[in-house]
Amino acid sequence: MIDVGSFFILGILLFSIGIVGMISRRNIFVMYMSVELMLNAVNIILVALSHHYEDLNGQVMAIMIIAIAAAEASIFLALFVMLFKNARSLDANFFELLKQEKHND
Amino acid sequence: MIESSLLGWVVGSVFFSSVFIMMISLFAKYNDDIPPSIYTVLGLGGPAVSLLCSIMIIYDFLQTGTGVHYKAFSWLNIEGFVIDASLMLDALSAAMLSFVSFVGFIIHLYAHAYMKEDPSYARFFSWFNLFMASMFLLILADNPIMMFIGWEGVGLCSYLLISFYFESEENVEAGNKAFILNRIGDFGFLSGLSLLFIHLGSIGLDFNSLEANIHLIPSSTLNLIAILLFIGAMGKSAQIPLYIWLPDAMAGPTPVSALIHAATMVTAGVYMVARFNFLYAITEEVGLFIAYVGAFSALLAALIAMRQDDIKKILAYSTMSQLGYMFMAVGLGAYSYGIFHVFTHAFFKALLFMGAGAIILLLHHEQDIKKMGALKNKMPFIYAMMLIATLSISGLPPFSGFFSKDAILNHLFASQNYLIFSMALLTAGLTSYYMFRLLIIVFISPSNKEHHLLSESKLINVTLFILSIGALFTGFINLPAFFGGNENYSLWLNLPDTHFHLSHTSELILLFINISVALTGIIFALSHYRQSSYDPSLGFLDKPIKNKFYIDEIYEYIFVKPLAWLSVFIVKVIDEKIIDSFIHTLSSGYQRLSYYTDVVQNGNVRYYALYMSVGIVCIFVYLGVS
Repeated sequence: MIDVGSFFILGILLFSIGIVGMISRRNIFVMYMSVELMLNAVNIILVALSHHYEDLNGQVMAIMIIAIAAAEASIFLALFVMLFKNARSLDANFFELLKQEKHND
Repeated sequence: MIESSLLGWVVGSVFFSSVFIMMISLFAKYNDDIPPSIYTVLGLGGPAVSLLCSIMIIYDFLQTGTGVHYKAFSWLNIEGFVIDASLMLDALSAAMLSFVSFVGFIIHLYAHAYMKEDPSYARFFSWFNLFMASMFLLILADNPIMMFIGWEGVGLCSYLLISFYFESEENVEAGNKAFILNRIGDFGFLSGLSLLFIHLGSIGLDFNSLEANIHLIPSSTLNLIAILLFIGAMGKSAQIPLYIWLPDAMAGPTPVSALIHAATMVTAGVYMVARFNFLYAITEEVGLFIAYVGAFSALLAALIAMRQDDIKKILAYSTMSQLGYMFMAVGLGAYSYGIFHVFTHAFFKALLFMGAGAIILLLHHEQDIKKMGALKNKMPFIYAMMLIATLSISGLPPFSGFFSKDAILNHLFASQNYLIFSMALLTAGLTSYYMFRLLIIVFISPSNKEHHLLSESKLINVTLFILSIGALFTGFINLPAFFGGNENYSLWLNLPDTHFHLSHTSELILLFINISVALTGIIFALSHYRQSSYDPSLGFLDKPIKNKFYIDEIYEYIFVKPLAWLSVFIVKVIDEKIIDSFIHTLSSGYQRLSYYTDVVQNGNVRYYALYMSVGIVCIFVYLGVS
């Protein structure tokens, strides 16, 4: 029987990897994978806790997240296709449309 | 007993006609099929109804002798402090009401004839009727607060009607001048009212209870109140030092000058002093002060009027001069003589203005008397009317002005204020001089100009004729004992006059002096102007008089220029240099700060994720520590 604490450590590790990947990588695909990694880190913790407390709600929620992540994946992929078609690039630094123009007055 | 609500209708009918005219004329902007005659019906109907109501009330008052009190509604009721919107008729207000409603109606008729070609006919009558309503409110007010509403109302209408032809900037400036100088006076009036309120507000502020409780106020405060209230009268009645608006007020249409700036509004100050007679009777020093202000105003105005060329400005200065007489009278305790002079003055001065207006109309709006001349044969009727009014204002028997002016002069002499008396006497001589100068230059002196006269209006002539009867005969209602009368008007007014006894001989001598002074003025005027309209020199006084003693210029330098300089200083230094620069430094500082902080907002999503995770870490650290 593996201790529930180990699952927590695994979840935190995966989540941290996700965050670091999200922040440090410039490729949008890798960033998306990092996001998925964070989602699944949370899923692991949910399932572990669900098992620990013998309550099915956590597992239901995990299934739910997986389903939503799948739906998300299709939207993201469509988005990336459009982005690439328009900008011919998948570099996250290239997309700075939210940045404000500097002006002096 | 007559229905007391008639008193409300005196005010109400002119007020409603004013409001209706205004509403209809606004409506008429979008509808072309409104006949202009509806303005005539309303504009003349309102004053006519007021006149009828006043006649009924005054007739009843003469029969029964009991005052009428009408409470329209309770205006303020705060924890026992009540101000009623109520009107009161006693002998004093009945005396004022009688000529204001009568002369007012006649001048409305005249104004109809005078203004009927004017495109702003409706606007004129709306304001003219509003003026009548305010004036009635002022006269009939039962407490000083209602009186103040009327007081402000007439000031507002005066302003509106002076700048009636607002297309010309000069007229707008004249209106502003009148309004601002009146504000100064009104500030004094309001301060006086506030002091009254502080001391007697809890007991009741209507005139009757003020009269009963005036002794509760310490006498130094009483003097202050009396002076403050009189400052209001200085503004409204154009006395030194607040008089300079009155000559400029002649920028308004002539009916306005006749009604507002000669017969009614400017006498409101005299009426106010007479109304507060219980106050002024126990503050004799202030009374003396008032009399001196009146005397100096009368003399100054008479001097200036000697060399003015604008027919309406001459009349404006003569109005100020006559108001000076009234203040001399009320200041020295002769309230009924003051009111009597107000009464007769309303007739002959309105007649003078309306005659002047008729001449101006016939001569295509020419106001310079030097450009008139030899008009006697061209307009004999107007000449006769002007002659009656001029004789009346000069104080020659049996015209009305003689009786009122003679009564005042006798009172001044009997009160032993000989300086005031001699100034008044000198003013009387100057009055007949400058009035006959006007008359002779306009009607008699030879002129080489050809005048193309317009045709005379019948309605104008009828109104002139009616007023001339007043100017001729109203003097007889206060026939003094010397002429076998009984001073019925003074008896009826029943004001707390100070009476001085004069022996029969001294009255005779005074009568002789008064008449001979007036005649001297006339003889001088005849000898100067019968042959030509050229002004003979007055020696060292010539320049100051022609330039109105530089009073306007002095005021310009003492008050207007420093104020303008102060405004510029505030704008250029305090506002721009201090306040603006502070705000600008603040805002540019924020801008510079944002220049440095907006590095974080670089639009790159990955950095946002970093900030978010740093934030979350911080929150968890904080939660973990605490």
